[in-house]
This record gives sequence, structure tokens and C-alpha cells, in this order.
Amino acid sequence: MKLFDRLLHHDDLQAQFWRTDFPILKTRVQGKPLVYLDNAATTQKPLAVIEAESEYYGNYNANVHRGVHALSARATEAYEDARAKVQRFVNAASSDEIVFVRGTTEAINLVAQSYGRSRLQAGDEIILSQMEHHSNIVPWQMLCQQTGARLRIIPVNDQGELQLGIYEALLNERTRLVAVTHVSNALGTINPVKSIVELAHRRGVPVLLDGAQAIAHVPVDVQALDCDFYAFSAHKLYGPTGVGVLYGKMALLEAMPAYQGGGDMIRSVSFEETTYNTVPYKFEAGTPNIAGVIGLGVAVDYVGSIGFEALVSHEQALLSYATPLLADVPGLRIIGNAREKTGILSFVLEGVHPHDIGTILDGEGVAIRAGHHCTMPLMERFGVAATARASFALYNTRLEADALVAAVYKVREVFKP
Amino acid sequence: MTDLRELYQETILDHYRQPRNTGRLDDANRTAEGYNPLCGDKVTLYLKVEEGVIRDARFEGSGCAIATASASLMTESIKGKREDEALRLLEKIHGMVTGGGQTGDVGKLAVLAGVHEFPQRVKCATLAWHTMKAALENVGEPVTTE
Repeated sequence: MKLFDRLLHHDDLQAQFWRTDFPILKTRVQGKPLVYLDNAATTQKPLAVIEAESEYYGNYNANVHRGVHALSARATEAYEDARAKVQRFVNAASSDEIVFVRGTTEAINLVAQSYGRSRLQAGDEIILSQMEHHSNIVPWQMLCQQTGARLRIIPVNDQGELQLGIYEALLNERTRLVAVTHVSNALGTINPVKSIVELAHRRGVPVLLDGAQAIAHVPVDVQALDCDFYAFSAHKLYGPTGVGVLYGKMALLEAMPAYQGGGDMIRSVSFEETTYNTVPYKFEAGTPNIAGVIGLGVAVDYVGSIGFEALVSHEQALLSYATPLLADVPGLRIIGNAREKTGILSFVLEGVHPHDIGTILDGEGVAIRAGHHCTMPLMERFGVAATARASFALYNTRLEADALVAAVYKVREVFKP
Repeated sequence: MTDLRELYQETILDHYRQPRNTGRLDDANRTAEGYNPLCGDKVTLYLKVEEGVIRDARFEGSGCAIATASASLMTESIKGKREDEALRLLEKIHGMVTGGGQTGDVGKLAVLAGVHEFPQRVKCATLAWHTMKAALENVGEPVTTE
């Protein structure tokens, strides 16, 4: 009866329905059904997104913002439509506050090099946290080398939560910027970003939120958060790779110098002087990833059609189901037990390196990530070189969580003393 | 599972659980560090080379089963070999794990052949060997698999 119960579980039925939107989920790996649990690395794409890219290339491929011809007009309309969709998705005040970039990494680099480099000087401080992805560390280190500013780090407690008391103490008159992740890619921790922003704003310090891992798993309202910048990638939101978004408050974006020079970001060019285009075009030099942006617009529609209420409730139920099953495996330790978590299970198994876990799980058709997850300072904090990480998305089911746990038992079997 | 059994053979697991020749070698005259940035595997290799012959070999480090077993098996097999023999063995091992998995005349090291079915794990298997080459060539910089 247990299996029957599970099959009939409402959540799984819903997820089974959503699964049919994703062609890749029919794939078999090593002769077994694919159990894709590497969603924190990248999510799979629904057919609508795949078709939107193909339709652009097949039917109206043209450059945007230039041509007078019909195809260019259609491409421009689709491109700008996507901007409006993203604006509504994150509830920005204006679609001009949505800058299309290559991904979260480029968005953060843009803020570091444009906003940061023009405003920071020696002795200034930037606050990051111990759980940042390398892409929210290295751009700031580069900025520090250029300006003489320095980094201050909010530590993480044993559960994998930020120590807010220490954050408050780190904020001082030298603080110029706070850059923290909304959700930890390695632990799943959902950070109290609203309080983080509020505390920084009390001192007039702007805040950048790295939303790469949050965007598909928690509702984001940039006006409610009152963050100054919000960065995310399309490919972790069921959209294409190579495109992402920088949201910035209009006043900040307008005051920032251009990031890259080129076409589309200018109003007029002569050899003596160039005047720049308005925001957001000032930051979109060169022909953008048009197909990617259109695909992102469709991905946003897709997630919108499911709605965050259903999506979050499903992923939370799955996390609650899988956590104790995994924690029950002898010798297994889950890294990251924050009270507020998205569907990420990072773990280590006594006597087995995460890489070997990854290989054996792959043999069972179960795709997870093994490694440091581009968070080496965080791994050091927990005294591990790497972890194995299973991360859920809306299309994962309890049966897949069972497959994960069964595969982990198989790892133990292979490595039994 | 067949390929997995090929990969995680008993000898591999044995050398992972109880690696041979570990720890510092105080009278080493050639050392090198190897690092695989992908998975964080690290190995420090100590060699004592006299008149072109590897008299002793030890390693320190942390890594996956494949990386650890490969380092352990390597230290066993290069002891007593001339430098050029050890380097030729490296070529054979490299060919075995990147090519068709033919074991040829590598003796006990044939247990590493299963790696050829797992391209993502080749760097784990070859880390110690590249480090040996660096040690013999006395490269000061840590070698990486990238």
C-alpha cells in the first residue's frame, strides 16, 4: 500500500503533470530513467522555451533596435516584451530597470566595475557573507585590488545561517556596499534579505542580492525587498543559458557609468565625443542574446502559469519528505540545516568522497553535483573539501527522492568495509 | 553496474581504505604538489632519487577513491624504477585511462583501466602521475589537472 499511497500523493500527481512539459525528463541514463537532481546547477527547459528559441531563429531572426524591416520590428517587440515580463515577474517599478546581461556573474561584475569602481576608494568596505558563490566574491576582490577597498565577511553558524548580529556589527561608516546571496547554492539556506537590506539602508548603504539560486524557488518582489540591485540567470529559472538579468533602482543605474562600450549603448558617436543611450540600453552594448531573452520571457510565463504558491508548496513538501530519509542513511551528514531552506540537500558520507558518490549515483541514473559548488570558503567553514548535493525543482517527485536515497545506500554497499 | 564494478575494483577500494606509502619522506630530494581544482583533490609527492633510480616514494593528500588508490598504487610501483622507466609507465597509464582501456604490461596497475569508461574521472586517476612527472622534472609550481 505504501507505494500506492505515494503514487497517489497529490503533490506527485501535480509534479507528474508538470513533468510532461519537459522533454528531457523522458531520457534514460545507463538504461535507467533519468532522475535529475542537479537543478541548482541548471534547470531543465520546458518545451515552450525550447520552441520559442527555435521559432525566433526559424521565423523572425533579425537584429533588434535597428532595422526598419518587418522581421527586426518583430524581434524588437519580442525582446522588449520579455523585458516587460521580467519586470512584472520581479515587480520592478519600471521595465527600464531590467538590464539584460549574460548571467548572474556578469550582472555582479557590472555592478562592481560600474557602480563600485566609480564610487569606492581606499579604506572603504564591502560586506559579503561566508556562503557566497565565487561569482559574488571574486568581482569584489578585483574591485578591492583596483580601489584599495576591503572585504568584511558575515560568518555562517553551524546550521548554515548567517549570523545577523555580527552583520549588524560589521556595518559602519566605511561600509559602501553589501552583497549577499538570497539563497545559498550549496546549502539551500534562504537568507533574511529584507532585514539585511533594512539594516544596510539605515546607514545609507546599498545592497546587491545574488538571486541566482532564489529566482526559481522563492517569490521575488524587488520593491518589497527594497534591494538596490538584484541579479539572476535565466538558466536556473527553466530558461536558456547565456542570459541573465540585472535589476537596479533607476536612480542608481542612471548615475552609473557605462560598463562596456559598443553598439546599441550609444546615442551618438564621433571621434571627439560619444553620448550614451538611456538606461537600460546604456548597459547592453553589442547585439544581445535575442533568442535567449525571448526564451527567458517564455520561462517567466511558464513559472507564472504554475504560480509560486503551488511550486513552493511542492518543493517544500519534497524537501520535508527527503530530508529524514537521507539523514537516516548510516554515516551520512547533511550540511546545512537552516530553518528556512529551499530544496537543496548537501551531504557527506563517512569514508566516501563526494566524487565517488556522484559517479555511483550516476550509474543509477541519478544526476547530482559533487564538489565545492564554487563556494570554497563555505566548504572550509564546514571542514569539508566537497559535498554531494541533490537539488530539487518543480518537476521532481517523491519517487525520485526514493531513487536518490536507494542510490546512496548502493554507494554504501560498494564502499562497505 | 558492470562498469562501476570495473571502476571500483577490490584493489582500488583496498588502496583507498588503506593507502600505502603515505606521509612525509624526510630525506626526499624531489617533491611536487598536485591539485585538481575541479574536485579539490590534493596530493603532495615525495621522492628520493639516487643515480637516476627512485629509491623511495611517499605521498600525502586527500582525494576520492580513484585519486587516492592511484597515488598509493603508483608509489608502490615506481619504487626501484629508473626515472625514465617511471615516466614511460606514466605514458602507459595515461594511454590506458584515456584510450581504449588496454592494460598492456602495467601489471597490478591494470586495475585502473576501468577509469576509461568514466571520462570525468580520468583526472582523478592521473593526478598523482602528473605530480610524479613534475617532481622528477623538479617543477616548483604545483601542477594542476586543468
